[in-house]
Amino acid sequence: MSISPSLVQEFIKITSAGQVLTEEADRLSYSYDAAVLTPKIPALVVAPATEEQLGQVIKLAYDNDRPITVRGSGTNLSGAVIPEPGDGVVILTNRLNQILEINQEDLYAVVQPGVITSQFAEAVVAKGLFYPPDPGSQTVSTLGGNVALNAGGLRGLKYGVTKDYLMGLEFFDYHGNLVKTGSRTVKCVTGYNIGAMMISSEGTLGVFSKIILKLVPPPKASQAMMAVYDDINKASETVATIIANHILPCTLEFLDQKCLKHVEAHTKAGLPVEAAAILLIEVDGSHQAGVDEDAAKVKEICSRVGAKDIRVARDAEEKFKIWEARRNALPALARAKPTTVLEDATVPRSKVPAMVAEVNRIAEKYKLDIGTFGHAGDGNLHPTILCDRRDAEEFKRVEEAVDEIFDVALKLQGTLSGEHGIGQAKAKWMVKETNQATVDFSKNLRRALDPKYLFNASKKIV
Amino acid sequence: MPEKNPARPASFSELSQLLMSLDNLLVSCMRCGLCQAVCPVYGSTFREADVTRGKISLLENLAHETIKDAKSVNERLNRCLLCGSCQANCPSGVNVMEIFIKARSFVAAYLGLSFVKKLIFRRLLTHPRLFNLATNLSGFFQKPFLKRVNATVGSYRAPLLTPFLGNRHVPSFPGHSFTGRRGALNKPAGQSKLKVALFPGCVPDKLFDRLSEATLKILDFHGVGVFTPNDLVCCGIPALASGDSQGFLGLTGQNLTSLSRSSFDYLVTPCATCAANIKENWPRFMDRYLDWEKKLVVGLSPKTMDITQFLVSILKVDFTPATTKAGAQVVTYHDSCHLKKSLGVSAQPRAIIKSLPDYRLVEMPEADRCCGHGGSFNLFHYDLSREIGQRKRANIVSVKPSLVATGCPACMTQLMDMLSQNNDQIAVKHVVELYADSLGAAATRRAS
Repeated sequence: MSISPSLVQEFIKITSAGQVLTEEADRLSYSYDAAVLTPKIPALVVAPATEEQLGQVIKLAYDNDRPITVRGSGTNLSGAVIPEPGDGVVILTNRLNQILEINQEDLYAVVQPGVITSQFAEAVVAKGLFYPPDPGSQTVSTLGGNVALNAGGLRGLKYGVTKDYLMGLEFFDYHGNLVKTGSRTVKCVTGYNIGAMMISSEGTLGVFSKIILKLVPPPKASQAMMAVYDDINKASETVATIIANHILPCTLEFLDQKCLKHVEAHTKAGLPVEAAAILLIEVDGSHQAGVDEDAAKVKEICSRVGAKDIRVARDAEEKFKIWEARRNALPALARAKPTTVLEDATVPRSKVPAMVAEVNRIAEKYKLDIGTFGHAGDGNLHPTILCDRRDAEEFKRVEEAVDEIFDVALKLQGTLSGEHGIGQAKAKWMVKETNQATVDFSKNLRRALDPKYLFNASKKIV
Repeated sequence: MPEKNPARPASFSELSQLLMSLDNLLVSCMRCGLCQAVCPVYGSTFREADVTRGKISLLENLAHETIKDAKSVNERLNRCLLCGSCQANCPSGVNVMEIFIKARSFVAAYLGLSFVKKLIFRRLLTHPRLFNLATNLSGFFQKPFLKRVNATVGSYRAPLLTPFLGNRHVPSFPGHSFTGRRGALNKPAGQSKLKVALFPGCVPDKLFDRLSEATLKILDFHGVGVFTPNDLVCCGIPALASGDSQGFLGLTGQNLTSLSRSSFDYLVTPCATCAANIKENWPRFMDRYLDWEKKLVVGLSPKTMDITQFLVSILKVDFTPATTKAGAQVVTYHDSCHLKKSLGVSAQPRAIIKSLPDYRLVEMPEADRCCGHGGSFNLFHYDLSREIGQRKRANIVSVKPSLVATGCPACMTQLMDMLSQNNDQIAVKHVVELYADSLGAAATRRAS
């Protein structure tokens, strides 16, 4: 790797010797993220400890024509933080991990980008408030990463995703200058809504240094249940009917039969493995009576539409048990085979049965083991392909299957990715979902904000 | 005939071939990174090479020869407490301990072991009399060096020994070992009709001999026969952690010979690390044992357990929660990694504490977060060990206890050091001490 010793010294001058990594073994540990893609080794890794250092590091890297990849915990599933070729620099945000303010009167918080999602959520709970976005990696993911990828989670249907909680941002542009957008107020129309552009920008437009997030009052009551179906269409009809009845469950999760079989093999929890699908439904609200009423209505809908079994949690222990199947979905699938390719194609919720049928057809066609679980309430499914990446022939079939899954999702008027991001993995598909003009417009925007194309160049739009 | 001392990998490609034998285990890591949430080292440094995902990636690259700097990978591999927190929380169930233990042995065999390590693992630890003599002499000669710093904790500073001890606050050697004083024990089963092999382990034998005494007192009280040969040696974990599988197998062989002299129903120890090591690591090297050793190791593994697990789950002693006495001491409990994450023992020690009316158990936050000792990790990475320990100390003091209990002597030395460094007035005890104390003087007489 060629990075001159004098440039290394300049990075050290801004930060400190311990926070600039140049040894091969250290750089190698930043060559990957959670996506199953080819790693790329960066030339240098730097971990600024202050917002000021962050700005200086960006300017130094940019002025020296270094491709820049900003990395939080490296848990995204789309290759969004795999470094760029050509002696790229990785900028870590982990040391910028201060919760600067949790405001109980005005319901917002100000954080640095390296704060861990679940640690933040716990700190918010301790102040009697609620931050709903709960991506699967929340125990390690950073809030900066959540904003950069617009992370979702299980509560999307009722509470929305990260973008619904972003009130304001401070970020560094390629000059290392600080840009401010949004505010601590509910209403704000000052300037362009730059925050909306930065959310899910995947490190291609600028580097966050401060994030203002909206908080909400926590629900005071909840009720969970499991509904078992012998026909996946009935599960889907249940989802549609619940929503048509103006009930918004806080979570409405789905597991297909293959998934159930893997989970049961792993947990021996007594799951209905003969079922075509199960729905896990939780309603919440600020009054027990209202929640009970909604839960009774949901239960009635489930049985009317044709659930063959409904289990309602009577206490916290039973609720915990009901959610066990969902909690264990990924662990069970991940243990079945060495490699787990977790997909994220999303369709309008009425198309869920069609999508699952297509996924099963694709699994058959390419002779692959695919289990599907996901967020039925928002049509965000996770077809999970179980394989062994060392088997080149099989992995070729996996790639073909993934391509076909995207094709099908688009045909069903869905989208490439609900919450995992475009990153490197899906950039080539952008034209297909949108059109050339959209890609060109995005590229022009990008060039205006990053004239040398150094911010995560191979991601999002290519 | 199995090869106890396989030849050192002579070339890098031989090393990578050895590592490729772990490929099926390595490939099961899906790079999700959830190990970051629980890794104590990563929690202090935020460095990817310090967390399991990073280490597995490095090993894979070494196995596939995409990195050739074995020394530098080895350095990073050793920045690990072997606490098993990652394995206990891994969604894809990666067998991290198997990977790390084996990888350390392959890489160490390739790079060679330092003279001092060889001397300790293959000479000192293998000679119980020499080791006892060394600790007795230390007990005798330590006096001029030690300065008491905290009477509650029972810790000392040794300014003249700074080159060896750093500024650690340490316990003092009692000057005699449990096995040295008691000699070989072989008492038949009493009213319990059970007989156990009591494996004291180096620390409860030589440094905290009171733990072995307490264990013996408890076993006597419950009419359990005790077999403790006087030529048991170290369980081998320090050698294994340094990748010295030859030294490890030497020690294991001696212990097996020694344990084969009597029959017993269970092997118990007050040392969480010894229990985990005998149960899980001894069987890891099955292909390198002699036939009779193999048989013994296979039989021993399921019979090996922590003393609190034996009391609660096997002996089924009545540990009904007691009504706490007025003015009872507040005690908080630290889950040793080897107890909770390796052996799944966390309810039993708590049940014992709750049954004692003299104590009121108050849980600390993150009770099962590693204390940062990690055995030899503390020797070679003291600054990091201390940083991790400070978090544990903060959690302990947050519940304002007068005493912290745990089930692992290594954790005890770390907790003593951390509390003493902060001048906290909090005593550190093993759960067996609390229980043995409650049995009173009558039991002491029966024990002696």
